[in-house]
Amino acid sequence: MSQDTLFDKVWDLHKVSNLPGGSDQIFIGLHLIHEVTSPQAFGALKDKNLKVKFPSRTVATVDHIVPTDNQSRPFKDNLAEQMIETLEKNCLKHKIKFFNIGSGNQGIVHVVAPELGLTQPGMTIACGDSHTSTHGAFGAIAFGIGTSQVRDVLATQTIAMNKLKVRQIWCENKLSSGVYAKDLVLHIINKLGVKAGVGFAYEFAGPAIDELSMEERMTICNMSIEGGARCGYINPDEKTFSYIKNKLYAPNNEKWDKALLWWKSLKSDENSIYDDVIKLDASKVEPTVTWGITPGQSLGINQKIPQLNDLSPNDQFIAQEAYEYMGFKPGQSIKDTPVDVCFIGSCTNGRISDLRVAAKVLKDQKVSEKVKAFVVPGSEKVAIEAKKEGLDKIFKNSGFQWREPGCSMCLAMNSDKLIGNQVSASSSNRNFKGRQGSPSGRTLLMSPAMVAAAAITGKVSDVREVINK
Amino acid sequence: MKSEFTPPFGKITKIVGKCISLIGNDIDTDRIIPARFLKCINFDSLGESVFEDDRETLKGKHPFDLKENKNASILIVNSNFGCGSSREHAPQALMRWGIKAIIGESFAEIFYSNCIAIGIPCFTLPKESIKDIQKYTESESLFLEIELRNSLAKSKDLNFSLQIKESSRKMFLSGEWDATATLLDNENLIENKFNNLPYLNFNTNLF
Repeated sequence: MSQDTLFDKVWDLHKVSNLPGGSDQIFIGLHLIHEVTSPQAFGALKDKNLKVKFPSRTVATVDHIVPTDNQSRPFKDNLAEQMIETLEKNCLKHKIKFFNIGSGNQGIVHVVAPELGLTQPGMTIACGDSHTSTHGAFGAIAFGIGTSQVRDVLATQTIAMNKLKVRQIWCENKLSSGVYAKDLVLHIINKLGVKAGVGFAYEFAGPAIDELSMEERMTICNMSIEGGARCGYINPDEKTFSYIKNKLYAPNNEKWDKALLWWKSLKSDENSIYDDVIKLDASKVEPTVTWGITPGQSLGINQKIPQLNDLSPNDQFIAQEAYEYMGFKPGQSIKDTPVDVCFIGSCTNGRISDLRVAAKVLKDQKVSEKVKAFVVPGSEKVAIEAKKEGLDKIFKNSGFQWREPGCSMCLAMNSDKLIGNQVSASSSNRNFKGRQGSPSGRTLLMSPAMVAAAAITGKVSDVREVINK
Repeated sequence: MKSEFTPPFGKITKIVGKCISLIGNDIDTDRIIPARFLKCINFDSLGESVFEDDRETLKGKHPFDLKENKNASILIVNSNFGCGSSREHAPQALMRWGIKAIIGESFAEIFYSNCIAIGIPCFTLPKESIKDIQKYTESESLFLEIELRNSLAKSKDLNFSLQIKESSRKMFLSGEWDATATLLDNENLIENKFNNLPYLNFNTNLF
């Protein structure tokens, strides 16, 4: 059993009681809600005649269903309109802070909370969304919950949960040039598998992680869940603190000093005990692309799609399904696969640094005529900053469509969808069958730089070669 | 879809029903209920859309469309079932179709906790045992009577033990899987925690 890790410290601090069944009752320091997984929870409160326990510890925004082309109200999609109206009403009724469209602070919930300084080290953070693990980048213990647990957090500010084990993933050396956090996390999931993290919190550590910016760290923690881990985190350091400083909801003045002192005490002790430790060499990671229907089915840009015999017996079944669905043959190259749609955005890679990297690749270049390309900033703040830097013009001049903030084609709950069996190069997090809105649509996950490269050439390309051309 | 749906309530001690096998590893919640069906403010009509795209692709041959699986209520799955999105809509859709318990090699974590929270016991068995059951159900109907008390499954021919997390088993037997009331019992402790967490102190400028 783990001891003296950040996870242990934060868990113990938030433990309210041992429940009769043996689970722990854990206090949730920050609760984030959005329009998709909250309406039924508010409905259940009403049915049970309960109030929101601490309205000041819940924050709402709208992201999954928002259109990214025309956001004027009412939305064209009646169901989407009904969902945003329901959230507006629930927040008003229960006095919950709501960052609505046009507030300047709306966006994907996992982009918004960090950029407002709401996400801080040492917190427990829950949200009805599996990518809540993103907030672990700050040394918070953050995890996705279902709607019944959203109800429980609203009503009690606590949930029933079993303590997780802790696996440290130690990343040696540094990422090489043209290789990004997305490549590293896809590589980790490929090496460990999509279910290795069940029952674990992942602690990402080592020189390669220290080197990453806060936004890159968010990309890593964001995809913990794709490796099966409900929660992933990184010990806070100076980068963490300076990212938070002066944000809208960050502690200020003498409170900042108090906060800093406490945050510094949180990181895993030098002699802490882990349930498991995995080491890997980050300098060996190549630009990585998925070829299959799980985020674990990925390869380096210069590798070949695996043969069935190269895979462990456990992975063969899903590989067979993936060859068939994706239309790939074992042994085939992923490089030069033609793409139809290029999507940059999502809670994994829709932040300002992601847009900067992609814009750098796209500057003075044109998107292939065969490709539909669009970029969806992760939040209104990201969009404003991008415009200030002129990134929107670079995208538009290259042939990318510039959209309004939201989750968009990561999960295609709005009108941004693949058609038929189109292939998308996507900076999002899931390549499941049908994920991007068409039951036969095919998704190749990659870094924003790689999406930009694919947009220019019209096929899966090594961004390092596209830049150097 | 079964027409008269009543959600489970109180103590869950026994599950009786016919098995339905669904073969495949890493079946994610997008497949169980595609995202377009999440545009709803209640769960009521999800049952009919469970596995919509997979069923459409298989044109009537999907296990959830086969005549012999009508009225089945114990779902037999392979490994990492329910991975991906945290959408509770997935187990809600299964439950509204008629599923009352799931037996699998392994479950994704958030899916598992969602199942517990809505009253669907999830049991595990070794890979080979799951395969045996799935093979058996290809040709025969398998009716099981599962006792939560001792995690024993009985059929007309054989009895076997299922695995379930002890905390989950206890919650079903006591009715505390429906957790809100139990959590609220500790209201004083919750208030105490709220007043004493360091960061709630230095974050008084919130809202």
